[in-house]
Amino acid sequence: MKISLNGKAVQTQSETLLALIAQKGLDHNSLVVEYNFEVIKQDLWADTRIKEGDNIELLSFVGGG
Amino acid sequence: MTDKNDVLCLGNKVFESRLLTGTGKFASKELITPMLQASGSQMITVALRRVDLGANEENILNHIPDTVTLLPNTSGARTAQEAVRIARIAREAGCGNFIKIEVITDMKYLFPDNYETLKASEILAKEDFVVLPYMMPDINFTKQLHDAGAAAVMPLGSPIGSNRGLDMKQMIRIIIEQSKLPVVVDAGIGRPSHAAEAMEMGADAVLVNTAIATSDDPALAGQAFAMAVKAGRMAYLANLADPQKEASASSPLTGFLRR
Repeated sequence: MKISLNGKAVQTQSETLLALIAQKGLDHNSLVVEYNFEVIKQDLWADTRIKEGDNIELLSFVGGG
Repeated sequence: MTDKNDVLCLGNKVFESRLLTGTGKFASKELITPMLQASGSQMITVALRRVDLGANEENILNHIPDTVTLLPNTSGARTAQEAVRIARIAREAGCGNFIKIEVITDMKYLFPDNYETLKASEILAKEDFVVLPYMMPDINFTKQLHDAGAAAVMPLGSPIGSNRGLDMKQMIRIIIEQSKLPVVVDAGIGRPSHAAEAMEMGADAVLVNTAIATSDDPALAGQAFAMAVKAGRMAYLANLADPQKEASASSPLTGFLRR
């Protein structure tokens, strides 16, 4: 299915946020996940099913002044 | 020694240190914790970015002790709405309710857009954020931010990362004189003497990132800035006499060699 991931249209087979994050090989503890403009806490990633057209942002805190 | 009661209150928190620091531009994130220890800084900025899906970056928050208050910024925002979105994400992500509003459209000087900053401040203050807006020094704008519910104002000394010191000195002086909100001089502070100058003028705090982070020894630089901030604050509290045009003898001039 087609989703928007970090501003880019991509195809994914991942059925949940957790699967998507695992597929990208990202460190869970540094991730902030915004799913359709709502922040989803880590313990809900497995329960959040990805649908066609979803807008997903994978963010993290970085250095800044 | 400084008075233990001379503290900086922002939101519902009390800070003994008047040196705010930032996490940008460090050669290695490992340098951040020792810098915080050496400087005694109790508040530090962080930024929020899309992850690079090609690389796996280490979490910057791992390098910030729990005792230090996080001040997420809204860097990258070009409109009030973008700043509001970043602020909400940062709070949802567990970074607390402090937010440094930074809305920038001018990419040469990185000057803040005061109009968008005000709109973001109004919205976020209503949502119980502790709003610290990075601002172009302007006394009317300072009053508007006060009315909008900001917790402090953060006028720039000079452009971000420029190390130029207080180019905006006279405007900042007027803001300090008139502002009902704490004044945190942010940006452009390149040397401890700049920080001391701001504090001597009566600034409530300064925020220093680039100068500390890009030095060869951020812990040592952090300590130097902390001492300068304390010295400046103590001098302000001591209420030094104004400069005079002519000399004023500090020793008796009625010597015994002549009659």
